[in-house]
Amino acid sequence: MPKTISQFDWLTILIYFLLVTIGWVNIYSASLDDTASSAFEFGQIYGRQLLWILLSVLLIVILLSLEAKFYERFASVIYIISLISILGLFFFGKTINGATSWYAFGSFSLQPAEFAKVATALALSKFISDIQTNIRDLSDQFKAFVIIALPALIILPQPDAGSAMVYAAFFFPLYREGLSGVYLIAGTIGVLVFVLTLVFSPIWVSIGATAVVIFLYFFRKRKKPGIIVYLSILIMAVALSFSVDYIFQNIFEQRHRDRFNIVLGKEVDNRGIGYNTNQSEIAIGSGSWFGKGWTEGTQTKGNFVPEQHTDYIFSTVGEEWGFVGSSVVIFLFIFLMLRIIHMAERQKSQFNRVYGYSVAGILFVHFFVNIGMVIGIFPTVGIPLPFFSYGGSGLWGFTILLFIFIKLDSDRMSFW
Amino acid sequence: MRKVLLYIIVITSGIIFLARLFYLQVMDDSFVGLSENNAIKVVYDYPQRGFIFDRNGELLVSNQPSYDVMVIPRNLKPFDTTELCNILSISTEQLVERLDKAKIYSPRLPSVVIPQLTKGEYAYLAEKMRKYEGFYIQKRSLRDYYTEHGANVLGYITEVNQRIVNENSYYLSGDLIGRQGIEGYYEELLRGVKGVKYIQKDRFNRDIGPYKEGIYDTLPKKGKDIKITIDSELQQYGELLMENKRGGIVAIEPATGEILAMVTAPNYDPADLVGRKRSENFTKLWLDSINNPLYDRGLLAEYPPGSPFKTINALIALQEGVVNTGDRFSCNGGYFYGRGRKMGCHAHASPLDMVPGIAQSCNAYFANVYRRIIEKYPTPQGGVDAWAGHLKSFGLGNYLGSDLSTGRPGKIPTSEYYNKIYDYPTYKWFSTATLSNAIGQGEVLMTPIQLANMTAAIANRGWFYTPHILKEVEGSPLKEEEFTQKKYTTIDPEHFEPVVEGMHQVYKAGTAAALQIPGIEIAGKTGTAENFTKVDGKRMQLTDHSIFIAFAPVDNPKIAIAVFVENGYWGGRYAGRIAGLMIEKYIKGEITRKDMEDWILKNSLKDEYMKPYSGEPFLINDGKKYGWVEKKPKRIN
Repeated sequence: MPKTISQFDWLTILIYFLLVTIGWVNIYSASLDDTASSAFEFGQIYGRQLLWILLSVLLIVILLSLEAKFYERFASVIYIISLISILGLFFFGKTINGATSWYAFGSFSLQPAEFAKVATALALSKFISDIQTNIRDLSDQFKAFVIIALPALIILPQPDAGSAMVYAAFFFPLYREGLSGVYLIAGTIGVLVFVLTLVFSPIWVSIGATAVVIFLYFFRKRKKPGIIVYLSILIMAVALSFSVDYIFQNIFEQRHRDRFNIVLGKEVDNRGIGYNTNQSEIAIGSGSWFGKGWTEGTQTKGNFVPEQHTDYIFSTVGEEWGFVGSSVVIFLFIFLMLRIIHMAERQKSQFNRVYGYSVAGILFVHFFVNIGMVIGIFPTVGIPLPFFSYGGSGLWGFTILLFIFIKLDSDRMSFW
Repeated sequence: MRKVLLYIIVITSGIIFLARLFYLQVMDDSFVGLSENNAIKVVYDYPQRGFIFDRNGELLVSNQPSYDVMVIPRNLKPFDTTELCNILSISTEQLVERLDKAKIYSPRLPSVVIPQLTKGEYAYLAEKMRKYEGFYIQKRSLRDYYTEHGANVLGYITEVNQRIVNENSYYLSGDLIGRQGIEGYYEELLRGVKGVKYIQKDRFNRDIGPYKEGIYDTLPKKGKDIKITIDSELQQYGELLMENKRGGIVAIEPATGEILAMVTAPNYDPADLVGRKRSENFTKLWLDSINNPLYDRGLLAEYPPGSPFKTINALIALQEGVVNTGDRFSCNGGYFYGRGRKMGCHAHASPLDMVPGIAQSCNAYFANVYRRIIEKYPTPQGGVDAWAGHLKSFGLGNYLGSDLSTGRPGKIPTSEYYNKIYDYPTYKWFSTATLSNAIGQGEVLMTPIQLANMTAAIANRGWFYTPHILKEVEGSPLKEEEFTQKKYTTIDPEHFEPVVEGMHQVYKAGTAAALQIPGIEIAGKTGTAENFTKVDGKRMQLTDHSIFIAFAPVDNPKIAIAVFVENGYWGGRYAGRIAGLMIEKYIKGEITRKDMEDWILKNSLKDEYMKPYSGEPFLINDGKKYGWVEKKPKRIN
């Protein structure tokens, strides 16, 4: 047993506890009201979160005690149970803030979507690491896609677009395992065309795209694809641009349009739809270099930023700890993700590596979308900041996600 | 590539985030202010305004609580509209209209539904309002007047205007400030210092406690209670006597320079500018361009002083050594000068020396005296400037520098002035061109308070204290050097006795002989001043002003007074009587000349004031048309 303990990646565990602690300190500030006296008041938001954190420690002990093989062996079962649990929401789910994403147990609620990510990661790892699977094969690509899309499609109409969006994170392990770069290029071009279309107009995007294609066609010397390829890319880009415009103007609801417009700086209605982003920027911006001090944030105390203890927790960091504090948090996250990628790369088993990449990818999407939203460079999408945001399911979900990987990593030598 | 893609993406996004954070937090300062506006509410705690007492310790002005019915629209619950309207005594439509207005202003912030209820109305409401959720009653502090008089002395309280808010950082929009009179001049003493509380707000603008445990908060400092020099009984009596007349009275205690009374007429009740009817009343006063009740004639009206000015010319002549008290000048119904020009005079014995010259107010006598003053100098310019220099030492021709928030300099012409109007040196001018200065007509203008101060200086035989209205602040006497240092005139004390004797003779046997107050020796001087106005651009002469200056008792002056009654025919007719009554009231505390008092109270000059507005030709200085019973005396100047 002592041998096993020394094999755990303690650096990752340390960062995990740092993030969780810093997160709780900020939740405490964000949810503080003058009536409470003790940090251990479980009626208060920070009290509950503390309870969840303490329970996570128990959870971690269990996760690390289980046989590493268990996760691989039972991946499919866990996946299926998970699918059933999110399907069950349609029948037994509890609605909070308009989304039917919770099971209620007395005064506590569980959000199964937070656990479905782990299950999907396990199932995908299991599928890809199967000796039969070749990710370059189209039919296997499709199967992998189904594994990923199934939970996403079930979650999407609950409605919880944010959680569904996270499943895009599985692109990273797939690409690492050999998924064609065409998807990456196509995806990048797609996103580029999408954003540019919204900023400018389909006409300008088409003109620009034509210019770029002509340029590439005449200046690429080696391994030059045929003119047909260039033309078809151009046609697709132009078609996409026009359809994006059409979809944006005609199929999106106003609130979706607004969310994009705020980030693109096109529309500022700081009392209505832009309120969250605006208040969050004010909170962060007023932090200056060193912040206003813990529990001294006026925006935070005044509850100006809605959902500040959950999705907008980073605005508290920005206001009360300033640029220095926010940078520390950003660095911790970056370091954690790089560490996980590094750990994934050192795995001998493909299952472990795919799972590691999934963990890094999922954390990255959460990190990017959440902080991007809070600092006003990404449209408003409601997903939590890992280890930080208030919520037991979220915390447990990420804890399980991470510590399964730590367990797998500790077992990498004895794999054979 | 496959191994490094996620590394690159993670690191890139980290850099982007840090850059964005750097921009938001370090480079762009605008968010700091935004967050303060957002989250910190500043609440001011207004102290009680200081009380005002008169010189005898009688309370004139205190504060009264007033109650505003407030509403926070979003807290409203359905209620019995009819009942509430009955309680508030307004119509349903008014209530609905005000609630709609409040809702438009802000659903979360309080708005006033009914302002400034009195204590009585509040007592009745306090019980009932609890039923109505969303409504509450907010207490405010207003001025409470224990006198109906002296509005011009006290001034009033009003909301600050934007200009003051811009200039003085103490005041915020909606704050109250004293204007005019005591309230204006001693605003900083009376108002105290407001306290401030910083309160942390939440996003619904609700208070959630003091900001940083209140380390930036300050306590309010109460305004200071002050005692003013006004004798409220005398003030009240003066206003009573001035009813139905226009003009001003200023009474000064010569020994101290304290203003005992300062009456302007027409005037208004100070309580009119407080409470629910304030703005309506103020507008009414403001727009009354004929009676001009907001115009303080005692301080602002620049009148030709008329004959009282002769006393000062006599003093200057004695000081300059151009006349001896025994020098006699003859009068043939006037003074003839230049090519057949004449300054008229009335019938009296001739020739006269100084004492009877003053007593009889002989124009010819003073024309001679004045010419001797001016012609003592080689040039008329030098003469006029020497003459004006003496006058300035009496506080004439410039602002007095009293502690009243307003005033006028009056006018004493100098050589510069005459050079300009006569276009010197193209044309020359001589003492005769300025001869009307001899009798206080022409270019000389004085406000009643200047005239009263001049009288006080004569009463003191050569010095005065700058007139002032503040006596004590919280029990400690006024210490301002301006008001506690004697100001000496350029006339030596010994020259005053003949002039004082002349003024005493005015009362004993001269132009004011009809004003006898038993037991009080008065020195006085009548004045009757020609005056002109413009109505619709036409210059027209009006009935003469009635002017009187006096001090008493002659040997130990307790009061010096100047009275101007516009278009009051002649000095003794209105101003003389009023001055006599005021002196008796102040010295004796009661009136024995009831006949005189009755006459003043009975007679009105309102018809006189309407004449220029009638649009028809009218007679001036002529009683017959209106059938007055009193015969015009022979000696009127």
